[in-house]
Amino acid sequence: MKRLTPYLLALPSWMWLAIFLVVPMAAMASVSLQTGNAIDGFAMTFSVSNYTDALSRYSTQLVRSLIYGGAATLAMLAIGYPVAYFIAFKAGSRKSMYLFLLLLPFFVSFVLRTISWGFLLADDGILFGTLKGWGLLPAGFHVLATGFAVIAGLTYNWLPFMILPIYVALERVDPRVVEAAQDLYASRIATFRRVVLPLSLPGVFAGVLMTFVPATADPVNAQVLGGTSNTMIGNIIQTTYLTNLQYPTASALSFTLMAVLLVGIFIYARALGTENVLEAAAR
Amino acid sequence: MSRLRGRLGDRLLHVYTWVIIIWLSSPIAVMILFGFNDKKSKSNTSWQGFTFRWYRELFEISDLTTALLNSIYVAVASTVITVLIGTALGLALGRHRFRGRGVTNFLVFAAISTPELVMGASLLSLFVSANLPRDAVTITIAHVLFSLSFVTVTVRARVVTLDPSLEEAARDLGATAWGTFRQVTLPAIMPGVMAGAMLAFALSIDDYVVTSFVNGSTITFPLWIIGSVKTGIPPQVNVMGTLIFGIGVLIAIANAVSARRRG
Repeated sequence: MKRLTPYLLALPSWMWLAIFLVVPMAAMASVSLQTGNAIDGFAMTFSVSNYTDALSRYSTQLVRSLIYGGAATLAMLAIGYPVAYFIAFKAGSRKSMYLFLLLLPFFVSFVLRTISWGFLLADDGILFGTLKGWGLLPAGFHVLATGFAVIAGLTYNWLPFMILPIYVALERVDPRVVEAAQDLYASRIATFRRVVLPLSLPGVFAGVLMTFVPATADPVNAQVLGGTSNTMIGNIIQTTYLTNLQYPTASALSFTLMAVLLVGIFIYARALGTENVLEAAAR
Repeated sequence: MSRLRGRLGDRLLHVYTWVIIIWLSSPIAVMILFGFNDKKSKSNTSWQGFTFRWYRELFEISDLTTALLNSIYVAVASTVITVLIGTALGLALGRHRFRGRGVTNFLVFAAISTPELVMGASLLSLFVSANLPRDAVTITIAHVLFSLSFVTVTVRARVVTLDPSLEEAARDLGATAWGTFRQVTLPAIMPGVMAGAMLAFALSIDDYVVTSFVNGSTITFPLWIIGSVKTGIPPQVNVMGTLIFGIGVLIAIANAVSARRRG
């Protein structure tokens, strides 16, 4: 009985993960090679052309998603790192207050947050409307329905996910190591570049992983904040699946997206010299 | 000189952090504020005066109320299932060595890192292939799937900090296996279980992407909001958002305070 305990404990989750994670992936792989339509049904034809068709038709949106996701991730890194640094080293006893404030947006629905953010960016909204009223901006100025608005929205939505892992890594840095560097006459910049930054890299790695994948695959920001020329791959997959009911094409696109993201993560892990992606992400 | 510059740098960082916090919170402020907007036109985009009207007429839009209730039902159901099976898996992974542990860890990681979009799309592929109708049940299945890993990881983190000699002591004193679990293990891992439950509830009630694939004709709160973007979001949505925000913040604060009391 005692030897069976772990298996009994794990069994329900195993079943759930097998039936609803592994099998669906296989189902999607199978659908992505079928042909047919929603009315007459689909039949397996091993048509790899679903992939080539989908790619040639939607490569613009795929590349755009990678650019938007990448730009947002870089923006999050640049904006978030100093915040994480401040909270880890300078906030003293008020660390948890700052962390709590950073997490406040998560108490509001993601969709609603994005809409409110779009509301702030509206052409005649409280921000730009007021500035235009004061004559500080030209009347034709607009941000909404541009790529910039989408990138800003992605940055806004995932910023805390970048700050938190970096904070956790910085928090673990032993202050005595920093003092030692300064005792050895390292300048503030040299201390940061040679001591603090390398020690925080695992946090940066985790942060990039936690933000780049969901930001690149996100359909909501492009839908709410972007215009017709800013559609991302997430929107294409959604409409191909749900509106056009072209399941094979949509499945092929989903697989392509996941493959691209996996390859991206792999190259990135290699470039950073992390041997084990799983291990680094788990930290 | 260098010290003076250092202090100036610290002060700049302090101000900068507050600017970011204000940036992150400003959409929340907008949401709360426009729940009080006495709007006359169809769209709720410019300030026209203060009113409590939308709080009084909170449940006037029946579709919206249904959507919110659907979200709450699904969140409760998926949280209960996820906590039950996720806690068990967390215990197994944190406490026991068994065959398939590596594969299990990989699956838990895979479920966290699969993009929501791909998860939704693959579930729809399954449901379509199996000719399964999509409704609140399929939404709940999907929500359990994406919350499961988070509960497992949270519980496992708590389990590994547990001193096994406590349980051994209970067994030595004659407690049954079930008694030991209920009276020793469970109370000790309870903070992890509660944190996992709150996470699962929050993830579920907030989800749009996965749900949009598996909902069929059942509408949840986030789906209803996205659906009404084009025609204009009614202020009732702001009020509901504000109430959910307020309740969430209160629970989080209460939790933090009680954790501090326990020491």
